[in-house]
Amino acid sequence: MFTTLFFLGLIIFFVGVRGAKVISWEFLTQIPRCSMTQGGVAPAIVGTLYITLGAILFSLPLGVACAVYLCEYSPKGFMVNIIRISINNLAGVPSVVFGLFGLAVFVKFFGFGVSILSGSLTLGILALPLIISSTQEALLAVPQSIREASLSLGATKWETIKRIVLPAALPGILTGVILSIGRVAGETAPILFTAAAFYMRGYPKSVFSEVMALPYHIYALMTEGVHPDRQMAIAYGCSFILLFLVLSISGIAIIIRQKQRIQHG
Amino acid sequence: MDKKIKMRAEGVNFFYGRTQALKNVDILIHANQVTALIGPSGCGKSTFIRLFNRMNELVPDTSLSGNIYLDDLEINSAQIDPVEIRKRVGMVFQKPNPFPKSIFDNISYGLRVNGVRDANSIEERVEASLKKAAIWDEVKNRLNDSALKLSGGQQQRLCIARCLAVDTEVILFDEPCASLDPISTAKIEELILELKKDYTIVIVTHNMQQAARVSDYTGFFLLGELIEFGKTQDIFTAPQDKRTEAYITGRFG
Ligand SMILES: Nc1ncnc2c1ncn2[C@@H]1O[C@H](COP(=O)(O)OP(=O)(O)OP(=O)(O)O)[C@@H](O)[C@H]1O
Ligand SMILES: [Mg+2]
Repeated sequence: MFTTLFFLGLIIFFVGVRGAKVISWEFLTQIPRCSMTQGGVAPAIVGTLYITLGAILFSLPLGVACAVYLCEYSPKGFMVNIIRISINNLAGVPSVVFGLFGLAVFVKFFGFGVSILSGSLTLGILALPLIISSTQEALLAVPQSIREASLSLGATKWETIKRIVLPAALPGILTGVILSIGRVAGETAPILFTAAAFYMRGYPKSVFSEVMALPYHIYALMTEGVHPDRQMAIAYGCSFILLFLVLSISGIAIIIRQKQRIQHG
Repeated sequence: MDKKIKMRAEGVNFFYGRTQALKNVDILIHANQVTALIGPSGCGKSTFIRLFNRMNELVPDTSLSGNIYLDDLEINSAQIDPVEIRKRVGMVFQKPNPFPKSIFDNISYGLRVNGVRDANSIEERVEASLKKAAIWDEVKNRLNDSALKLSGGQQQRLCIARCLAVDTEVILFDEPCASLDPISTAKIEELILELKKDYTIVIVTHNMQQAARVSDYTGFFLLGELIEFGKTQDIFTAPQDKRTEAYITGRFG
């Protein structure tokens, strides 16, 4: 517990000290200039937001629907166990494999090209197991007694799930969303072949545009280019922003969850 | 006196897995009367009462044989939707189970699922049912607070109000006063006597005086069997079975 906190603190401190130096209004709002050594990283910030948002928009409804089906509707037994195990295994698949899958399926097969859409879908699939399993847990934690109360009033099963069970499970579902945002925003490998561009002159125009994204930008700054030392400083700046984004999105979600808790006891 | 039968059980056996919880139970529930079910803990009263609104089918791995009728409808027959039965037969559970919603929404939910949409009439009926359940004065200024902030006894009265708000024909009370103080208990008993005019009532209770005070008919359960059933007066003054007598006089082992 304390070791975890210690290392978390260390990361934040380390990235903070090195990253904060390059952070400026210009860094946050300008596009990169002079082979990435000047200007800002705004397109990468925007790109990360788009891709993450897209991934959640895709995986949240699908994941919740899957979990509701598995928990509330599917007959208990062999098949459901198989599905459950598969989902858990999906969570353990290395992310670069998701990247290749995304390349084969979304980029090539569906012809979405290297784009926000392909990247979002790929990351969405990556997030799916997290969302399904946390939603399942949240659904199972809803007491049987309030389901019975709802049914006893003449509500149908679906009304009960929609109006009683899902709202009661919302805090748990949000926890899954928080975890997956953290995971999705920071992933590099899955967007490597499906969405990311090393450099773009401006902002993406549509869901079919390539985008810059912070994690990939960090990777690129550290491995390519001709001014390694100046690029390194920018990479730390990017890390700082990424860390800040992930922590603040989590923060917002935690606040929403707390509000829910207070409201619902 | 109207001798109409509202609900009726015939040869009911019920199993949790392999354990038999009810053995060949027959009972007649008279319309617009209060029927009390008494018996020691674990004898199957809750199990039995939950058959009248098909609640037990939510418990996995159970089986039922025998017939249960609502008026002349066999409620377990294949073409009957349990939702329709539950719209006609309401229930107050043994443990308070308010929704994790506001006090107001706890009551209005039932109205909405039963098709009441008009905001004014919802408001009126929420107020009326909270008043009937003797909790209005305690909650009228905090209808938007979470129901989970109420005390156990208040929660139970809220659950009673929730059940009253939807118009049913029968109300099943499973020990509604178990977590209530004597004053609210008295109010609930009064309410039950009043509800008799419009509803048929079945109430499980551990309190002999309560059974004697509110009920017209009493059934005594022991180990899943209905040992004796009859007019409350007869059961309490001249029980036919020695076990019934032992139980109601408190000489039960
Ligand atoms: N969900 C269940 N699964 C398995 N057995 C159960 C279940 N519910 C009740 N039983 C068993 O069925 C029997 C009857 O239980 P029931 O709850 O109907 O008793 P009761 O008369 O209502 O008792 P009390 O007065 O304590 O409420 C008990 O032996 C109990 O252990
Ligand atoms: Mg009971």
